[in-house]
Amino acid sequence: MSAYALFKKDLASELRTRYAINSLVMFIVVTISVILFSIGNEKISDFLSGGLFWVVIFFSAMSGLSRAFVSEEERGTTLTLQLIASPTTIFSGKLLFNLILVFAMNIVVALLYSALFDAFVIKNLSLFLYAFILGNVGIAIASTLIASIIAKASSKGTLYPVLSFPILLPLMLTLIDLTKQAMDTTTFSSSYVELAILGCYDVVMIAASFMLFDFIWKD
Amino acid sequence: MSSFELQAENISKVFGRRLIFKDVDFSCKDNGIYGISGPNGSGKSTFLKIISGVISPTKGKVIHLFGGKAIESEDLHNYIGFVAPYVILYDEFSAVENIRFFSKIRGVNFTKEKLDFLFQHFGLLDRKDDLVKGYSSGMKQRLKFIFALIHSPKILFFDEPTSNLDNSGKEKVYQTVKEESQKNIVIIASNEDSDLAICSSVLELQDYKKTNN
Repeated sequence: MSAYALFKKDLASELRTRYAINSLVMFIVVTISVILFSIGNEKISDFLSGGLFWVVIFFSAMSGLSRAFVSEEERGTTLTLQLIASPTTIFSGKLLFNLILVFAMNIVVALLYSALFDAFVIKNLSLFLYAFILGNVGIAIASTLIASIIAKASSKGTLYPVLSFPILLPLMLTLIDLTKQAMDTTTFSSSYVELAILGCYDVVMIAASFMLFDFIWKD
Repeated sequence: MSSFELQAENISKVFGRRLIFKDVDFSCKDNGIYGISGPNGSGKSTFLKIISGVISPTKGKVIHLFGGKAIESEDLHNYIGFVAPYVILYDEFSAVENIRFFSKIRGVNFTKEKLDFLFQHFGLLDRKDDLVKGYSSGMKQRLKFIFALIHSPKILFFDEPTSNLDNSGKEKVYQTVKEESQKNIVIIASNEDSDLAICSSVLELQDYKKTNN
């Protein structure tokens, strides 16, 4: 319940300050526009469009998800949070906020992308949805943990994508592979291993996050 | 009385290579007003953060006991109230929204009567629905006392409690400190003579600034 209350506080704060939403929307629009302009009249392959989809999502996540902790640090309210809630509550609340933000952001990206790119045609929608859901959960957990680490650093803007890249790389590679399979085939049989990798990634990240967050948060 | 006990043993803190203080012992029990003083940079705020469980000491241990049982660090925040210039409330919310959000996150209930009493006591009742963004520094300081007291904590940490306050604000603070100290522990870190005058004992942190050998 406390984590949900923290999520509601963050949501109310976000709706008033538009701290993350504005930068996310601008980033999505600019990135998709740049890809559209750079392609021009060229015909790109289906698989390339699938790969670019996750590139847009990766960089959009990098522009908005760090806000969960960076905004608290910049406003000086980190200590206030420490005084009202346990580290577990804080991480759960922030993770819930980032989960909602990631899903909202990625649904918008997916809709825009499928409307604007003719080559982006998913044949196996249920496989794509499984990958999409597990992938979004993984992105949200990893981004929240990395945001808590970089919040106290002086060069947050640069550090966030740099630190995220190696941590999100296995997730992104698996997601690109699964998207390719969802565009290529209508069966599940060849995708179980990749789906299991996504599931394991999410479980490992959530376990590592709750174990590490106490140390990150206190010092 | 609260039967709350704080024991801090051999507390040392080092930032980088700089020793802030070394082997400080501090304990308090049940109720009363305790002071911590020292010149600027002596580590008063750091020591207060350590004994309130907000940050860890480099060496030593801090134990909080309630009813003879040690309090888990996960639950400690519900036992403590903290007022300091570096405690910042959310500018985008009104004063009452801040308090309401904090209480929900803590998972504690408060009555409207208690809320109104505290806002009345600190002279903010008619401005309670204003955004904190529009508050003066003195009003923010008063609001921090409401933030620290709304959940009825067992131990209160006040760092420079009278900073930014006018004379009537200072009187309210001293009155609050005296009332709270009847049943709870109040620890004040300050350099103000008037703040330290109400303390039953004062820890001088400068005495613990030894060399790092």
